[in-house]
Amino acid sequence: MALIEVRNISKLYHLGGEEIRALDDVSLDIDGGEFISIIGPSGSGKSTLMHILGCLDSPTLGTIKLDGTMIEKATPHQLAGIRNRKIGFVFQFFNLLPKLNVLQNVELPMVYSGLSSRERREHSMAALKLVGLENRSKHRPMQISGGQQQRVAIARALVNNPKIIFADEPTGNLDSNTGEAILELFRKLSSEGRTIALVTHDPEIAAVTPRRIEIRDGKIAKEVDPKLAGLNRIPAPALSANP
Amino acid sequence: MNLLNAIAVGLKEIWAHKFRSLLTMLGIILGVASLVGMSALVKGMENGMKEALIAIGGVEKVRLEENDIPSYQKQLADQAVGCTMNDVYALQQSAPLIKIVTPEMRTRDATATHGSKSYDPWIFVGTWPNALEMNQHVIEYGRMFNEIDDEQARNVCVVGVGARDALFGSPEQLGYEYNPVGEQITVKSQPFTIVGMFTRYESEQDHKARELAKAQPPEPPSTNGPARSRGWGGKRGGGFVFTLKNNTIYIPLNTMWLKFRATAGSNNIPDPRLSTMSVKVADVDKMDQAIQQAHNVLMHTHKGIEDFAFQTQEDWADSIGKAIKNARLSGGIIAAISLLVGGIGIMNIMLASITERIREIGIRKAIGATFLDVFIQILVESVVIAVIGGASGLIASMALVHFLSYISPTDNTPVITVNSMLIAFAFSVGIGILAGLFPAFKAAKLDPIQALRYE
Repeated sequence: MALIEVRNISKLYHLGGEEIRALDDVSLDIDGGEFISIIGPSGSGKSTLMHILGCLDSPTLGTIKLDGTMIEKATPHQLAGIRNRKIGFVFQFFNLLPKLNVLQNVELPMVYSGLSSRERREHSMAALKLVGLENRSKHRPMQISGGQQQRVAIARALVNNPKIIFADEPTGNLDSNTGEAILELFRKLSSEGRTIALVTHDPEIAAVTPRRIEIRDGKIAKEVDPKLAGLNRIPAPALSANP
Repeated sequence: MNLLNAIAVGLKEIWAHKFRSLLTMLGIILGVASLVGMSALVKGMENGMKEALIAIGGVEKVRLEENDIPSYQKQLADQAVGCTMNDVYALQQSAPLIKIVTPEMRTRDATATHGSKSYDPWIFVGTWPNALEMNQHVIEYGRMFNEIDDEQARNVCVVGVGARDALFGSPEQLGYEYNPVGEQITVKSQPFTIVGMFTRYESEQDHKARELAKAQPPEPPSTNGPARSRGWGGKRGGGFVFTLKNNTIYIPLNTMWLKFRATAGSNNIPDPRLSTMSVKVADVDKMDQAIQQAHNVLMHTHKGIEDFAFQTQEDWADSIGKAIKNARLSGGIIAAISLLVGGIGIMNIMLASITERIREIGIRKAIGATFLDVFIQILVESVVIAVIGGASGLIASMALVHFLSYISPTDNTPVITVNSMLIAFAFSVGIGILAGLFPAFKAAKLDPIQALRYE
C-alpha cells in the first residue's frame, strides 16, 4: 500500500466570479521511502498540490489517503494533529521563530504533541546532531547562517519522526554551495529510509531525486519514475529538455 | 501545549515588548487602583457616617417618648400616667430582651454659672449612672456620679467639655487642658460640685484636624475684623451629635426630681413623670421582638393606655446604608469604566500583536498547532498582562490611598478592605479574559497557508 494515495483531486478557486482550477484531476501515489520532486513553473499548481498533500489545505474534489487515513474530510483539528505527527515541512524562508533559540525551535512540534520537557530535549538534541548543529543549540536563528538555519528547520521537520517531509524550494534562499550541502543532507536522509518530497521550479535541483513529477496548469504533465522505466509508454525525457 | 507552557510563552512575549506591555498594563493598574481607592474612600465615608450613629448610642438604643393617645382611647386621657419609674422597674424585671434601661428627667432653661461666666447646656438631665453606657460617654477627668450620689440626691454633676470651655476656658484660650473637677457651679441657684468631665467628642476628621493644628504653629486668623462665632456650618455629617454630647450636664435623677421638680408638682409631691426613657436591646437582630416585649410590659404599667411611642435609629442606619450603597455603586461604575478602558487597551495591543505575528502563527499552525493551541496562547497572554497589571494595581492602590490621605488629611480616613482588593483583582482578570477573546479567536482561525505567505 502506498504511503500517500491521491485520486482525482481538483482544487477550484473563485476569483471575481471566474473559476480557476489550480489542480485538475490529479492522481498519484507516493510510497514510503521514496525521494521525489514535484517540479513546475510558478503558478503551475505545484504549491497547491504540496499544501494539499501536506494537510494544510483540502481538495475541492477527489480523495487522499495518507498512511491509511482519509484526509479530505478531516476536521481542521484532526489536520493539525496529522501535520504535527506525520508531516514535516521545510520552507524556502526557513520560517524559524526569531524569538526562540535553535533548541526551542526544534522542540516546538513536540510542544504541540505534548511531550515532557525531558523527552523534548533529548529528541531535539538527537535531531540537531543529525543535521550537525548540536553545538549551536543556544543560538538565536539570527545569529547563525542561512544554511545553518535551514538545517535547524530540517531538524525541526524531523523531530517528530514524520512519515513524509515536504521541502518547498529548500535551496531557493541559499547560495549554490550551501544549497548543494542541503540537498546532500536530504539525500543522506533519504538513504536512511525517510520519505522526502522536494517542491521546486528548478530542474537541476529536481535532478537529485530518482522520481520526478512535473506539474503544468494543474495537471501532471510528465513523470519520470525509475520503477516504471521500460514499462512506461511515455519515454522518460531528458531533464535538460525541460524548460 | 499545556497551560504552563502557554504562560511561559506569554511571559516571554510580554518581556520581549517591555515598554508596550507596561503601557498596556498601566490601564489595568490605574483601573484597579481607582477601583480599590474608590472603595476605600467609600469605606472611610461609611466609617465617618457611622461614628455619629455610634456616638448617639448605636442602633440598639431605643428611646421611649410620650405620645398622643390614640383617638379610640381619647376618653381615657385623664387616666394616662405617662412614663414613670414604675415603667423602668417593670422593664428591668420583665423584659429580658432589653439590656439597659435609663430614665431621664429634664429641666428647661437651666443656666449654669461660675463666677461671672454663664452657660446654657444643650442637655441638662437627671439620670442614672448607667447613662454613661447608654449614651456612650467617656470620662476624661474625675468620675461619673454613682448610686449613692443618686440615693442621697447629692448636688453633684458631670459636665461635657462644652461647659468646661464656657465656664473655665477652653484649651485654645488657656493653652492647656483645665481640669474642672472639684469646682462649684450654680444652676438655678442650686450649687453643684463637678465630680467628673467627659472627654471631647468629635468625628475622626475633626480629631485629625485638631491634632494637625496642634502640631503646627498657630496661624493668624485668615479674615480680619472683630472676633465672632463662625457658626456650625463647617460641621458635616454627624457634627451635630458630637456638639450635643459635648454640651451635656448630667446630675443624679433623684437630685433632679427633688431639687428641681418639687416646686412644679401639686401638693408638694414632685412631678414623678420622666421626660424620656432610653432602653438598649440585647440583640439588634431581635429589635422587633424586644420592642414588642417592652410594649407589652408598658401596656400593663400604663393601664392599657398607649400614651407612649418608640423611637429607634433604624431609619438613620438605613439611610446610611442606602447612601453608602449609592456611593459604592456610582463610584464602582466610574472605576469600572476606567478598568474597562484598560481592557480595551489590552484588546488593542493584542490585535496589533497578532497582526505582527501572523507569520509566527502560520508557522505554529503548519507544524501542528490546533485552533485551541493558538487560541489559548493568545488568551493566556492577555490574561497574564491583566494579572500582572492587576497585582501591580493593588500595590498602586495602597500608594494611591496614602496619596489621597496626604493631600486631604482632614477627610475620612480611606480604609482598604480585603474584599475590595479581591473584587478588583478578579475584575481585572475577567477584563483580561474578555479582552483576549476576540484577538485569540482572530488569531486561531487564521488560515495557515495565508499566514505563511504574509509578509
